[in-house]
Amino acid sequence: MKSFLKYLKSAVVLTVLMLVVCGFAYPAALTGLGQLFFPHQANGSLITADGKNTNDPEEAAGSAISGQDFSGDPRYFQGRISGVNYNTYTEEEKEDGTYAGVGSGGSNLAPSNEELKERAEKSVEEFLKQNPDVKKGDIPADLLTASGSGMDPHITPESARIQIPSIAEETGLSEEQLDKIVENNTEGKVLGVFGHDRVNVLKCNLDIAKAIGEI
Amino acid sequence: MLQIALTLVVFILAVIPMGRYMYHIAVKKKTFADPFFDRVDNRIYKVCRINRKGMNWKDYTLSLLMTNAVMVFVGYLVLRLQYILFLNPNHIEGMEPTLSFNTIISFMTNTNLQHYSGESGLSYLSQMLVIIFMMFTSAASGYAACMAFLRGLAGKSKDLGNFYEDMVRITTRILLPWSLIFGLILIWQGCPETFGGNITVNTITGKLQDFAMGPVAALEIIKHLGTNGGGFLGANSSTPFENPTIITNTIELISMMILPGACVLTFGKMCQDRKKEDKTAKEPLFGKQGRTIFAAMSVIFLIGLTICFVSEKAGNPVLDTAGISQDMGSMEGKEVRFGIDQSALFTTTTTSFTTGTVNNMHDTLTPLGGMVPLLHMMLNCVFGGKGVGLMNMLMYAILTVFICGLMVGRTPEYLGKKIEGKEMKLVALVLIIHPLLILGFSALALAVPAGLEGITNPGFHGLSQVLYEYSSSAANNGSGFEGLSDNTYFWNITAGLVMFFGRYIAIVAQLAIAGSLFAKKRTKASIGTMRTDNVVFTILLVFIVYIFAALTFFPALALGPVAEHLTLWY
Repeated sequence: MKSFLKYLKSAVVLTVLMLVVCGFAYPAALTGLGQLFFPHQANGSLITADGKNTNDPEEAAGSAISGQDFSGDPRYFQGRISGVNYNTYTEEEKEDGTYAGVGSGGSNLAPSNEELKERAEKSVEEFLKQNPDVKKGDIPADLLTASGSGMDPHITPESARIQIPSIAEETGLSEEQLDKIVENNTEGKVLGVFGHDRVNVLKCNLDIAKAIGEI
Repeated sequence: MLQIALTLVVFILAVIPMGRYMYHIAVKKKTFADPFFDRVDNRIYKVCRINRKGMNWKDYTLSLLMTNAVMVFVGYLVLRLQYILFLNPNHIEGMEPTLSFNTIISFMTNTNLQHYSGESGLSYLSQMLVIIFMMFTSAASGYAACMAFLRGLAGKSKDLGNFYEDMVRITTRILLPWSLIFGLILIWQGCPETFGGNITVNTITGKLQDFAMGPVAALEIIKHLGTNGGGFLGANSSTPFENPTIITNTIELISMMILPGACVLTFGKMCQDRKKEDKTAKEPLFGKQGRTIFAAMSVIFLIGLTICFVSEKAGNPVLDTAGISQDMGSMEGKEVRFGIDQSALFTTTTTSFTTGTVNNMHDTLTPLGGMVPLLHMMLNCVFGGKGVGLMNMLMYAILTVFICGLMVGRTPEYLGKKIEGKEMKLVALVLIIHPLLILGFSALALAVPAGLEGITNPGFHGLSQVLYEYSSSAANNGSGFEGLSDNTYFWNITAGLVMFFGRYIAIVAQLAIAGSLFAKKRTKASIGTMRTDNVVFTILLVFIVYIFAALTFFPALALGPVAEHLTLWY
């Protein structure tokens, strides 16, 4: 019994020490440093509709590093399929419970799952209707598959280019203008090796909105 | 391909100095940072009145178990009471009892299996005082156990060391400094770090968008460094807030690889240490004994990585038929910024080093691509979690010398210590408990309705979901086939038990082996001694690991991923 208490006492002391140092002081210190040196990133990398950085959620139109839902508006580039609809919703959807609150995640459909096949067939059909020039089988793999996080901000340059003719028709912008917009919002590989070329969908769409006078 | 190779080169370059640093900490040799940390640590020992006497294996084990028990108790209280405590700007409710049980076991055992979703399940206070706190302490516990084990097996010290001192030294000298430096880099790249609540913005299409915020970066870095793996957000490191760029992805990869890798180097150096009396001789890079173990782990890792990469690159024939080009590979559940190569690398790494963090959704991996993470958790020794992976691999090493010893009719010995009945019984226990937990509980889940209800994908993949959940729990990995509806009484309780037994039975048995070997006299190597520091031993070790896995897991794997692969392609 005496040795039990001895172990218990040491255990409690170590627990309290670790709680204070690791559970409290460390995150507080890192938050202080982060807010001091990188306040923009530490608060979610928010951007306004003109694409400027902001730390005020009231002014913001989205986050530079997070995707956003543009489905149903053919004037804009479409991002990848999201398991959580990019946490984008309308007032009504929130009230009637369609939007269940902030989350993240993919479809979790196995490659052999029938539902995946049905979803793919349906979205290919819809995509071909909106983009009649595209041949079945040419749709890049990323565009009509669900991302892992449901918040993927990017599509591949091929997936952006393939949408340009249809967007040009819907918006009245020229294909050259749209090419330029895609190019301006394409991020390359780090050191020419690491990562992949990718197009930021939200930033492209903010540029389109500006060009057609939406904002 | 090139970026995978370069990342692995960076790992090798980083692990060499880290192995050296870690070894110096384990055996209390001088390091460059001593003047600062000695002062910090001495202050801590003084304030907390920590007795730094050397311990025997029973003392060490009891201290570890008691400390973990107290931490579990405190953490459980915080989870249940989070709704009335402070730092809860998003008004999260208290956690349900079985989910709290599962969560607290999960984080104390370094598993980080998550049946909750961070955005909606935890207050910021819980994220800090339970999750971040346990990420440090469970990692430090694993490392401490490993160091005690190595001192018993290889070292020349008079005891197994002091548990409390080990915990303090690893935390202040490795975990905290690395977390602060690289945590700041993660913030620079875009990980949020704030105590402010979630954000809602007005989009240009007249809708609203929510963003989950919080002290993400602080959790993110220790999550990888401590091979913990539990995400701040539900979708873990696939989300842009946890893993915004390729730079953060690489930092997270290296962070989770470096300490398990360094443990092997520490082991090699300790073995070398004992032999040479000449203090001035140069310290070896790997040490001969460490080199064979490191090589065996690397071979298994590279085989797995290749299978995973090739399988993902081949894509999904069903989507190809539907009209989606599979030239890029299977992109379902993956992020564009990581693509196939970085996803395959991350998946293989997170399960080999038993971290459990994911940058793509494992449930949507192609059948063989998903079999690799499953298999590596079943092996549980391909580098493995912090400290414990090395201990598991040494179990296989002892098994190898035992089997080979039987073949030539000699008493087997490892590192000059005779391996006898007592040690072999304990080794067998450690090696058998793992498959027993996985297969036994999988069978149970498939036999009762409460288990079957969790399965969300039909056919062979359903079995893979169940196997994955228990493999992840038993290996203390924590990644999941996330489709499984696992927040139910049945799954919370069974997975909690598997994590608990998977961790503590192994650790106690391994420390007992260390204690038993420690007490034995070292025999001089003779001409008949099987050498454990050459290529032949590496090859034998790899074969033993694969043969053991094939004998135990092949039927289950054949009915799960292999069968799914065959139906998909033929």
